[in-house]
Amino acid sequence: MIALLRRDLMLAFRAGGGFGLGLAFFLIVTVLVPFSVGPQSDLLATIAPGVLWLGALLACLLSLDRLLALDFEDGTLDLLATAPLPLEAALSVKALSHWLTTGLPLVLAAPLLGVMLNLAPSGYLWLVASLGLGTPALSVIGAFGAALTVGIKRGGLLMSLLVLPLYVPTLIFGAETARRGAMGLDATTPLILLAGITFGTIALMPFASAAVLRMTLR
Amino acid sequence: MTLRVTDLAVARGGVPVLDGVTFAVAPGTALILRGPNGAGKTTLLRCIAGLQPPLSGRIDGAEETIAYAGHADGLKAMLRVRENLEFWAQVFGQTDIAPALIAYDLEPLQNRLAGTLSAGQKRRLGLARLMVTGRPVWVLDEPTVSLDVAAVELFAAAVTAHLAGGGMALIATHINLGLDAQTFDITPFRAKLSQRSAASDEAFL
Repeated sequence: MIALLRRDLMLAFRAGGGFGLGLAFFLIVTVLVPFSVGPQSDLLATIAPGVLWLGALLACLLSLDRLLALDFEDGTLDLLATAPLPLEAALSVKALSHWLTTGLPLVLAAPLLGVMLNLAPSGYLWLVASLGLGTPALSVIGAFGAALTVGIKRGGLLMSLLVLPLYVPTLIFGAETARRGAMGLDATTPLILLAGITFGTIALMPFASAAVLRMTLR
Repeated sequence: MTLRVTDLAVARGGVPVLDGVTFAVAPGTALILRGPNGAGKTTLLRCIAGLQPPLSGRIDGAEETIAYAGHADGLKAMLRVRENLEFWAQVFGQTDIAPALIAYDLEPLQNRLAGTLSAGQKRRLGLARLMVTGRPVWVLDEPTVSLDVAAVELFAAAVTAHLAGGGMALIATHINLGLDAQTFDITPFRAKLSQRSAASDEAFL
């Protein structure tokens, strides 16, 4: 398992590995928002939590089709499926490496971009907490979407259509946590619900992903 | 521990291609599968490797014993030759990759990126992967594609050494490898057209 994680991280950081793709997209989206909305700091502060969450979600989505498609094309998935490592574990590791290369950089970059969007000072902690708790769910659900569409040529659009509805609960509770935090309200309830979604998906989704992948590999 | 296939029927894309296949591979022996293109060699091998379920029949002795090598080598272009092999060795719980490097004459290439290798060199690396799995049954689908004469000899020597160590090999190929092995022609087992209607999960896919 550790070997697979190390290999995936090594591949992500080498040339053409796609590390930073999601982060760059996230930066661009959030930098462009003040230009398109205009320099009204009140308005920006109001929409900041939502924009940051939406940007993070789309950035995750952008890098999902690399998650399994590359391994499918060069035959690695076939070989992994015959390896002693259970497919459930392999997919969990793949989701983890996706989170480490996409989700975690987003969490770390979010406070910086919060400044650009004039996020209220009380909101930073909640923003980082909600992204830190919510983005793992995006990666795990994304691995399921990637497993569903892995055999399909140019399945990126189909995967987005399948995955986006599953992202809705995470987005709602994540953005709600950040919004309540920024307004100085108590945000623990949505944060707890968000954590519930994340831990639930981490526990259950790999089994669904592995079952689906076995079917697509036939 | 014998790999035994009994009355096996397999399908590709919902269409049965083979029916009633029965053979056995004993330790220390190899079996060469023959058959024209489209006869179902790849489907049969994928089924034995556990990548797809059979329509009917039994496969015994295939759990956790198979090292499969298909048309694709499962190499990462941005990893070095040594890193590729080390990864697969670790996945299969092994550590020593030196014998595999030597057997396929890959030592001079071990620090090259796999993406810069020629097709034949990649194939050699893909076959060297079998040696680091430590699995007794090699299931090989056209292993000699893009190999030159010298590399085919390296491959035959590696298979012979594997068999001498009590291993087994099931090889689909069109060329003569010079191995002392039985040949099994799958052409007579082609599924009859009447069977080619039911048995499909196409509606579900």
